[in-house]
Order: sequence, then structure tokens, then C-alpha cells
Amino acid sequence: MRRTLPFALVTGVGFFMLVQYFIPKEEFEIAYEWILDWTIVIGCFAMLLGLWSLTRVNISKVQRKTPGWGYSLIAIAGMVFMLLVGFIPGQKSLERGSIFMLLFEYIYIPIQATMFSLLAFYVASAAYRAFRARTILATILLLSAIIIMLRLVPLGPLSEINQWLANFILTVPNMAAKRAFWIGVGLGVTATSLKILLGIERTYMGRD
Amino acid sequence: MKKTKFIILIIPLILIFFNLSSPQEKPVPLPPTEIKAFDSPNDNGHSISVTWKLSPDDGAGKNNVVAYEILRAESPEGEFEVRGMVPSGENLFDDKGSREKEDKNYLPSHKNYYYKIRAKADNIFSESEVSNPAFAYGQWYHTGKTPVLAGVIIFSIFALTFITLARKGKKLYIRPLPGIEAVDEAVGRATEMGKPILYVLGLGTASDIATIASFTILNRIAKITAEHRTTILVPCYDSVVMAAAQETVRAGYLEAGRPDIYKEENVFFVTSMQFAYVAGVNGLMLREKPATNFYLGKFYAESLLLAETGSIAGSIQISGTDEIAQIPFFIAATDYTLIGEELYAASAYLGKEPVLLGTLKAQDWGKAVVIICLILGALAASFHFQFFLNLFRVQL
Repeated sequence: MRRTLPFALVTGVGFFMLVQYFIPKEEFEIAYEWILDWTIVIGCFAMLLGLWSLTRVNISKVQRKTPGWGYSLIAIAGMVFMLLVGFIPGQKSLERGSIFMLLFEYIYIPIQATMFSLLAFYVASAAYRAFRARTILATILLLSAIIIMLRLVPLGPLSEINQWLANFILTVPNMAAKRAFWIGVGLGVTATSLKILLGIERTYMGRD
Repeated sequence: MKKTKFIILIIPLILIFFNLSSPQEKPVPLPPTEIKAFDSPNDNGHSISVTWKLSPDDGAGKNNVVAYEILRAESPEGEFEVRGMVPSGENLFDDKGSREKEDKNYLPSHKNYYYKIRAKADNIFSESEVSNPAFAYGQWYHTGKTPVLAGVIIFSIFALTFITLARKGKKLYIRPLPGIEAVDEAVGRATEMGKPILYVLGLGTASDIATIASFTILNRIAKITAEHRTTILVPCYDSVVMAAAQETVRAGYLEAGRPDIYKEENVFFVTSMQFAYVAGVNGLMLREKPATNFYLGKFYAESLLLAETGSIAGSIQISGTDEIAQIPFFIAATDYTLIGEELYAASAYLGKEPVLLGTLKAQDWGKAVVIICLILGALAASFHFQFFLNLFRVQL
């Protein structure tokens, strides 16, 4: 029963979603939107599960004094503090100028921007590894990258040739590879959906 | 002499002034004809389409039509209200209404409406005759999606055929994937080193097919780790994904006959904020120094941040995603990458179950059909064989 009911639900809703794609009638449209609303409702309830998991894992780390337990303590403190600040009476926490939003704008967003900025350094180190011309394929990759990067740089009389080469690389081999990728992904998605609908693949439901 | 010059200058100016200020008779354009109203095809039943024959003064004749105004009324003698406007040269208008009764733009199904078209030339216009009555109704089948339906049916036939063949015991050859063949080696390395395995499901939700495909791989890997008594850590970005991942890992431990060593807290929620999640997972990598990292699922800008940190931590890394923009990053920063469809095929490879291999074989046959269609399509386009090209045209 623990697996039969979820499987029946998955198959029923899955087939409905497949069928409704081909039926434009209003009743099917309403049912489709209703199902989408339900996923949001379920997501909201599941957030509580996430909150519970986060608290339990971090409290456990603090109690056991595992390496780096200080970070867990900061995580719990931050979570509790933001929750309390969000419920300050007489304040609309999502309004501009509220303590909640000030913390969000002046602490969270700069930290997030810092994390994102690291990407520039990581791109450089990854590019260094990828562009080492050890094999023929790596050399082709290096040459293509040089041509593409130089297309925005004025090179005098060479600009026109480089522009043509860059356009050729982007619109012919690159586009061909992208399309092959998308076709493969499309088939893979269809195959996986079919496996789920037919109940061939149901590991995500766990076992009895 | 001066007086003569003044008169020569002033007379033309006076003439120009009177010419500009006098009212001009602008010609009225001829109205459009043959107004036809009908239910819009392939819709939910709240739209009526109108077509007309262009005014003779549109692009010819007086050539002064600038636009057409579309008017609607509930009866031929009723009060017509403006529903929209299209530029000259166009002869189709979809009067799309809302299905909500409270909406000002509500257009009910099965109620007759009448239309008139105005040919406009600046501030003057001429009106057409009133159209036939027409009502909107919803369709039971979207004819524009027939190529999609045909594709789904053909692919399903392939899949069911190969599943049946596989069940009957027919041996199916599947080409090897280096990324998948490295899984056993990667888990073995973690066991030897006494280090955990990190499995990242990405930023997808439980409704993303890539995440669902990743669950099935997670199940197989959890089974192998349970057999080796190796710890698997699964930090999650979404709480629904976390709940499903806990069940998936637990199922893997049960299949391995080791439910006693399953720890629910090893599959945990981090946060639903992209870069905060990256910070959490990167911190985990640098503290725990996992022997192997798996990044399988939906990834965005965080892919390289995670993979490079894993590289710094000295882990073997296996990645896979269907996000084309992230593939180069994974290829550059990880040891093995499952590209696009290989992510969906991976669970079948790991499971080696005939039924799963059947769908994999169907994927290969699907690709063969696509290649044949591409070749025929290229030939049809070159020789202007429009009928063949129209077979693949999808209208949404």
C-alpha cells in the first residue's frame, strides 16, 4: 500500500498531464492549473521538513563538537535571528527599510555577490586546465577558444577573417553539437517519463 | 526697389499660410469586405477569429489605409465596441477573451457575436458590413500538436517493443559510458580511504526530469556504498527533493541488506538560496574532504564553483547535467562527465536490469529515426518539397 497508492497517483496524474497537453479545452486547463497550485502547496509544507532537517543536523554537529561545529552554531543562530526579526510586531518584514530587509540587502546580498564573484577566478583556473594543448582535441579546443575570444578585439585587417571564422565556429560545428545535445536530451526526457508513467522506474518512492 | 523685394517675399508667404490653414478634403477609404467570424481553432473556447478582404485602398487605389479597427457587438444592431487594431495589409484578428467571469475582457463560450471592420485613414474611416454571427467553443484536440503526438507514439512503440524483447531474455548491446564505469572505482576509492562520498542533486526541483533521473542513479550508488559500508552525504537544495532523496537512499540500503547503517541525517537540507547552498556544500567539501563527488542533476552558475572546489579538495569527480551551458564547466573541472542524455541513461547502465536497458535501446532507435528525418528534411528543404516539411511543423 505504501508504494501502490503513490504509484497510482503518479501514473494517474502523469497520464492526465500528458493527455491535457493535447486537449486545449477549458476544463483541462483549469485542472492543470489546479494541479500546479497543489505542487506549490506541497512545496510550502515540505519547507517545514527542510527547516526540521537543517535544525536537527546542525544541532547534532554542535552537540557532538564535530570539526567545524562553530559554523553550525552560526547557521542556527542566523536562522533563529532572521525568524525572530521576521516576526517583529508592527513591522512588515518584506517592506523596504524593515530590519529584515536591511539584513537581507546589506548582509546576505553582498555575501552572495562575493560567492558569485569567485566564479571569475574559477573560470580562469578551469580554463587553464582545459586549454592545455596536450592532445589534438585539446589543441582544437584551444584554437577555437582563441578565435572566439578575439572576435571582440580589433585586429585591423585580420578582424574580418577572425570574425568570419568565429561566426563559422558558432553557427556550424557549435550549433550542430548543440542541436544533437537537445535531441538527445529530448529523447532521454521522454524515455525517463515513460519509465515513470509505466512504473518501470520508481526508486524515488523508496521501498516497503 | 526695396518695396518690390518686400512684396516678392511676402506674397508667397501669405499664399503658403492660407494653403496650410485651409481645411483639406481627405478622401475616405473604401471599406473592407467579406467579413467572416469563426471560432479560433485549438483554443480553450474563449476566442473568436475574424478575417476580411482588404480595402481596395490598402496598398492600391487611394493607398491611404493605415490600419483596421475591429469592433464587436452582441447583435447586428447593437452597440459595437472596439476590440483591437491591426496595421494595414493584415486581414486576421484573434479576439482573445478571458475565461474569468469577473474579468472585463470576459468572452463566454457558446454566445453569438457580430463583428465590423473599420478601414482607417488618419482621422477618417469607413465601416464594413456586419459579419456572420460566431461563437467560441473549446476543442477536444489541438491539431497543431499532431507531430508531437506522433513522435510520442512512435517512441512509446519502440520502448515497449524493446522492453518486451528484454523481458524475453534477448541480449541488448549497450555502448559503454566511461563516467558510469568509473562509479565502482570511485566508491572503492572512498572505501579504501575511509572518506565519505558526496552526492549533489543540483538545483532542480522534484518535478525536473533531470532530478528524477538523478534519484535513480543515487539509488544505485547508495546500494553500492551500503555494500562497501561507505558513508554517502547528500546535501539538498530543495526540501521536497530532500524527502525523496532520503527515501531513495534508504531504498538503496535496504536493497543492499544493510538498513541498519542508513543514517537519515546524511541526507539533509542546506538552503534554497543558490550561492548560500554553494557556500554550504563547498564548506562541507573542504572540511570532510570526500573521496568522490557526484554532481548529477540540474545545475546553473554554481556548477563550476562546486566542481573547482571539489578539485581543490582532491576528490574524484563525476558530473552530469542536461543544462548545455554548464557542460563545458563540468568537462573542464571534473574527471568524468555525463553529457545530456547520458544522465538519463546512467541509471539503466548501473542497474543492468533488462527492462531499463530496453528503454535505453529505444532511445538509440529514436536517435536513428531523428537522423533519417534530418537527412530527408534537408533534402526536402533543398528541393522545396513543402509537404514533407509541413509534417513536422508544430503550432503551440
